[in-house]
Amino acid sequence: MAIWQFVGKRVANYFTVSTTTFRSLRPLINGDSSPVNIFGYRRFESSKAGQQLDLVSSDDDEEQNQGVDFPGGRVGFTSEMSFLHKSSKKRVQCYRVLDDNGYPLSSSQYQHVNKELAVKMYSGMLKLQTMDTILYEAQRQGRISFYLTSYGEEAISLASAAALSGDDLIMPQYREPGVLLWRGFTLHEFVNQCFGNRNDYGKGRQMPIHYGSKKHNYFTISSPIATQLPQAVGAAYSLKMDNKDACVVTYFGDGSTSEGDFHASLNFAAVMEAPVVFLCRNNGWAISTPVTEQFRSDGVVVKGQAYGIRSIRVDGNDALAIYNAVRVAREMAIKDQQPILIEALTYRVGHHSTSDDSTKYRPIDEIENWKTARNPVSMFRKWVQRKGWWSDEEESEFRANVRKEVIQAIQVAEKTEKPPLDYLFSDVYEEVPINLIEQERLVRETVKRYPQDFPKDVPM
Amino acid sequence: MLGTIRQKAVAARSLSSQVLENDLMRLRSVASVMRHYSAGTKEMTVRDALNSALDEEMAADPSVFVMGEEVGEYQGAYKITKGLLDKYGPERVVDTPITEAGFAGIGVGSAYHGLRPVVEFMTFNFSMQAIDHIINSAAKSNYMSAGQINVPIVFRGPNGPAAGVGAQHSQCYGAWYGSVPGLKVLVPYSSEDARGLLKAAIRDPDPVVFLENELLYGESFPVSAEALNSSFCLPIGKAKIEREGKDITITAFSKMAAEILEKDGISAEVINLRSIRPLDRATINASVRKTNRLVTVEEGFPQHGIGAEICASVVEDSFGYLDAPVERIAGADVPTPYAANLERMAFPQIEDIVRAARRVCYRKSSIAASA
Repeated sequence: MAIWQFVGKRVANYFTVSTTTFRSLRPLINGDSSPVNIFGYRRFESSKAGQQLDLVSSDDDEEQNQGVDFPGGRVGFTSEMSFLHKSSKKRVQCYRVLDDNGYPLSSSQYQHVNKELAVKMYSGMLKLQTMDTILYEAQRQGRISFYLTSYGEEAISLASAAALSGDDLIMPQYREPGVLLWRGFTLHEFVNQCFGNRNDYGKGRQMPIHYGSKKHNYFTISSPIATQLPQAVGAAYSLKMDNKDACVVTYFGDGSTSEGDFHASLNFAAVMEAPVVFLCRNNGWAISTPVTEQFRSDGVVVKGQAYGIRSIRVDGNDALAIYNAVRVAREMAIKDQQPILIEALTYRVGHHSTSDDSTKYRPIDEIENWKTARNPVSMFRKWVQRKGWWSDEEESEFRANVRKEVIQAIQVAEKTEKPPLDYLFSDVYEEVPINLIEQERLVRETVKRYPQDFPKDVPM
Repeated sequence: MLGTIRQKAVAARSLSSQVLENDLMRLRSVASVMRHYSAGTKEMTVRDALNSALDEEMAADPSVFVMGEEVGEYQGAYKITKGLLDKYGPERVVDTPITEAGFAGIGVGSAYHGLRPVVEFMTFNFSMQAIDHIINSAAKSNYMSAGQINVPIVFRGPNGPAAGVGAQHSQCYGAWYGSVPGLKVLVPYSSEDARGLLKAAIRDPDPVVFLENELLYGESFPVSAEALNSSFCLPIGKAKIEREGKDITITAFSKMAAEILEKDGISAEVINLRSIRPLDRATINASVRKTNRLVTVEEGFPQHGIGAEICASVVEDSFGYLDAPVERIAGADVPTPYAANLERMAFPQIEDIVRAARRVCYRKSSIAASA
């Protein structure tokens, strides 16, 4: 058994199951997506699964009747040998609400946003931009070791966060602090994490911008790319088992779609019928790799369809489009208990991070162009101001206030104590193991005996 | 590290009757040894022990669920999850597409949000395709999130060599996972070990790597009445002294070696580690301080192996007590070959352990073979 087991991993799926198992299965209630009816029952309803495939049947009427119930569904035959095009002649169109000047297009399908929400979204985008500017400078001045900006992508994080409920779980990549900002993370909390001081919720364990907050349902950022994707599906499965009125929203970039985890998670989410919204920030660049070198498909939206997931392409710089698409996606994910993919097209205006100088691999005028053309903040500002909900005075006042707040937060964070020694040893396991208790004891003894060999600023 | 019992997969290939005879003889002597040391009346295979442990934990806690390839409809690649799909349904016994990275990541994600997954790898060799999730997501999350995200997940499956399955199905991963802070790594031997440790692993709030052994699945061991209780649990991080002795300490399992050595007047204390991380250094060192000699046995590769760690620990803590250098017995430093004769040469056999024990005791080997 051992040997053929390994050789025949795929083959095993098609072997018949013993009759006892067959008889004991609960009868099928309905063919699609009620929470009770997942997984194993599909194997006994292959003809029903085939219904989706009818869309691909040939135009040839005679041959349409000739099909076969292959495993996976009924397939029609054709005598014409034609290969599917490697990419569709016409690219998938991009949903937007506002035009370049911030005017809502009359044909646009969208739900109206009220003043309170619009102002909160806009001011959030401003706050994010200002926070980014100052913290980026702080890194350049050597006050923090690393920083990553969201320039050009403010709409994606703020508008998507606005469309979600606080119960929805967020599994971010790293360019979405806007979501945390929306949910109430304060400037002090952001800055403390960047400085890794005693008040950092991360207890000084991670590099700057690796925020995490359980109370805000924002999972701690993990550096390996795309690992949050299968984790999101798992968390969504947990929500599904609990029948919660919530979904998981996971963010990732265009580069992430090359990782194996991306494919595994989309595929698995579709099979598992997990309530997860995959939100791809396709900003054109993965550090220095442009999307033309990342994949050859029509972006990311077609990949969702390839895995059997409902997908949409949205203008990532249009706050209202993002808001609407995410709102609807969330409803579909929860009501229909299925994954949704949103590809938000945008541009990474800033460098990848403070460790990058993007002028080395892309033309400066391209960057400049995108800074102004369809700039998410200015586009939305035009719309909000035209509605009479914002003004130039409020703009300058707000910017000045936030600037002051961030600078003050930095000054306080710099002076705050560093994390104490016991933060080194806790949380490796739920309970501190004996060897670490012993190590801590030894370290304390050694520091006491040779204080000159150790930094002065480690609180004991 | 417990592969001194060779159980040939009968369906897999033809065997010479002589080889089979030898194996049957060994199995009989193992069986007799077991009964000699038994404290209970009932016998249970390791497979049933694991199955019953899973069953009981799933019944006790609705957040426990099993996930892996072939665990459901197929009843488990090695039948460890037999009957669970019927009993708990497809939501709690999840058959996955072929993506170790996928289901390991999904398991971790579900553990992040309150479920207690038991993820099965068909063998730990395939866990290599998911190792980022085991190390970077599961092991490190509690620390990196400062306690906000804990990961009560169990990764289990057969580890180490089986019989004639070649290089990519035979590696022992005890040393790989044993080096990572944040993980707990368990290596059950007997049915009682399997039951108690799997239950402890499922109940543990930290991620646990549970390394089983394919060749032991069919082996029967006596189990005490206490072990049959559904609340039975073994402590993680405690080794078991399978057999007390006074001349030499042997870590890992080698009951048969002890049997042979007794005849030559060497009384070996055999320690069944049960847990690689945390390693029960206290028990090992106490034993070495008593016997003054140590041989470590494992099936994995020698460099950076478990024996190396045990040796370092003993040298650090009990140097003055050693009467002879520590000897490590490990698998050959080659990817595992397939041919039966070569495979036999690639893993420690009883004779190797006996010779090593004799060397450590400075006695001449009475078996006329190369040392």
